[in-house]
Amino acid sequence: MILLLQYTLIFASVLLLVALGGCFSEHSGVINIGLEGIMVMGALGGALMMKFLPAGTPAIAMILLVVLAAILLGMLYSLLLAVAAINFKADQTLVGTAMNLLGTAGATVFVKAMNTAESVDNVSSTIQYIDAKKAFLVNIGSFEFNWFMLLAVIALAAAYVTLYKTRFGLRLCACGEHPQAADSVGINVYKMRYAGVLISGMLGGLGGIVYITAGVSEWKFENGVAGFGFLALAVMIFGQWKPTRIALAALLFGFFRALGNVYTGFDFLKALELPSSVYNMLPYIISLVVLAFTSRKSRAPKAEGVPYDKGQR
Amino acid sequence: MKEQKRSLLRNDAVQSLLASLLCILIGLLVGYVVLLLINPAGAGEAISTIVKNFMTYSRRNAQLKYLGSTLVKTAPLLMCSLSVLFAYKAGLFNIGAAGQYVVGAGASLYCALALGMPWYVCMLAAIAAGALLGAVSGVLKAYFNVNEVISCIMLNWISLYAVNTLLSQVKEATSPYTLNLANTNPDAILPALPSFCMAWFNDNQYVTIAVPLAVMMAVLIWVLLEKTKMGYELKATGFNKAAARYCGMRENKNLILTMAISGGLAAMGASMLFLTGFEQWQCTQSSIPGMGFNGIAAAFLGGLNPLGTILSSYFIQHITNGGAYVDKTMYSAQISDFISALIIYLCGFVLFFKYALNSRMDRREEKKRAASAEDREKGGTEQ
Repeated sequence: MILLLQYTLIFASVLLLVALGGCFSEHSGVINIGLEGIMVMGALGGALMMKFLPAGTPAIAMILLVVLAAILLGMLYSLLLAVAAINFKADQTLVGTAMNLLGTAGATVFVKAMNTAESVDNVSSTIQYIDAKKAFLVNIGSFEFNWFMLLAVIALAAAYVTLYKTRFGLRLCACGEHPQAADSVGINVYKMRYAGVLISGMLGGLGGIVYITAGVSEWKFENGVAGFGFLALAVMIFGQWKPTRIALAALLFGFFRALGNVYTGFDFLKALELPSSVYNMLPYIISLVVLAFTSRKSRAPKAEGVPYDKGQR
Repeated sequence: MKEQKRSLLRNDAVQSLLASLLCILIGLLVGYVVLLLINPAGAGEAISTIVKNFMTYSRRNAQLKYLGSTLVKTAPLLMCSLSVLFAYKAGLFNIGAAGQYVVGAGASLYCALALGMPWYVCMLAAIAAGALLGAVSGVLKAYFNVNEVISCIMLNWISLYAVNTLLSQVKEATSPYTLNLANTNPDAILPALPSFCMAWFNDNQYVTIAVPLAVMMAVLIWVLLEKTKMGYELKATGFNKAAARYCGMRENKNLILTMAISGGLAAMGASMLFLTGFEQWQCTQSSIPGMGFNGIAAAFLGGLNPLGTILSSYFIQHITNGGAYVDKTMYSAQISDFISALIIYLCGFVLFFKYALNSRMDRREEKKRAASAEDREKGGTEQ
């Protein structure tokens, strides 16, 4: 039972972070389909930092540096979307899809090259970080507390305050609702959209490193992040683009994802004798059903996905 | 301006071709730089290996045989790119081609191995399964306003796990792969080409009617989109849903129909590969096959023209196969995936490229006109 709670919380943290990222980007008017690729890049940054920090690094320094690396790489990578979508008015869905493929392929090429450079026989696409990962865990009884859970809560509070209580947040939302009106009162729409995409890169990258460290074994970069970026988008839609609702949605989805990991621990679930693939499918099925019921009266930002052109009326 | 005076650069097809070539060039260049960064020693050789693909073999027979192998995988890729293209023309982004491809593989292999059906039944089953899956996304979009990209991604994963479970029933006892098709049910293997054609590929037994069939489908899709009322309606719905409804088109029906056809195309592609026996399905697969995603690359690289995608599909498959030949002690085969992903990214800039080109030419023409007008004026005052 405690294991279920633990996995629910950690997966919910991933979904919350990434969905908040998507939420900032969409409120500024840019659809970020590329979250999946951003997560991979963030994960790569964090994992590399864990691998190369010396073993004796104090836990607090380790946490800060890893988070920093993940955020930095995520933001850098999100610039690909920002430049294409904001300056060149490219199709945001196409560019996002390309980023997802590019992220996974790029990270795999990089990690494999690194591994084969170390030893010719090593063609795996994993990075060794199991020892370094312990810095993030605190055991409270049999419950394994992960500092990332706290980080997710902080991100939630920060996102709520930023979006609703600051001048920046309100301006950001204005750019996603009616960019022409925002421009007419002197807001620089292009700058605001850059800010939105970069914040989504930051949170997406962070979510990526949380995701790959959530599992027990080391992550294979070949697999990308298994559709988690898209699950996060579903969480965001279910949460109607509002941070607090997104948090609740993340908990729900996190629960179903966690069930796939630990269902063997429950006698009544084991007694059903469902194949394990049913549990693997569960989060995706649930999200489809939930989307079907919540998308009808969608509260999406009105101008999302539409490139802003100053000359257009 | 007279029609024949328009510069060749004004032609939309020429512009598309130019843009695609530019994407390929930049993609290969960046790929080369990445190879250089990884290991400067073998980068030149590696990139030429990728571009040469089967030409790296020195014997002519081997070259022909592996040309055949590339074509075997080009057929499904072409179908996937047609699927993406068809949906895109109607304003939908079918990222679910990957999942529809997966159910196509599942349905055709199950019919072939478990039910012992002949190949045409297997192929029809695949098409039906893919069309159904596509229609699910269409219904969700039409009646529940669910973004098709997200529903497609969810369905991709659901189909992968479902097909893994289904095909586990017909897998080999000792390996995670499905049973050998030629031994289990030779009737399900696609018919070979006439023997004089087979000689072109050094009797590569996997080259079947799938290759010409895929090309025929490309022509068929072109006719459907450009020459029929149905194609016109689907495109009109894609341009402007409200206007289409105002003209009396049933936009929800069109939307679902588009996704169903699109799904059927991708699934048919899968049956074209798996019914040759070239590949067996791995029932423990934990990631979605890349065919559907490469289809997106091919569709956009082909300038969103069914006939253009024939060339671009071949190119994408050519470099993907070429990637398998790079020196594994230095680089990984994923470098080709990297290059094709890069090409998709660059395709995002094509619209801007055309716009910049056109406005540049507009400006130049305007200047010329202004200059000639000035000349005339000057001439007028001097007289």
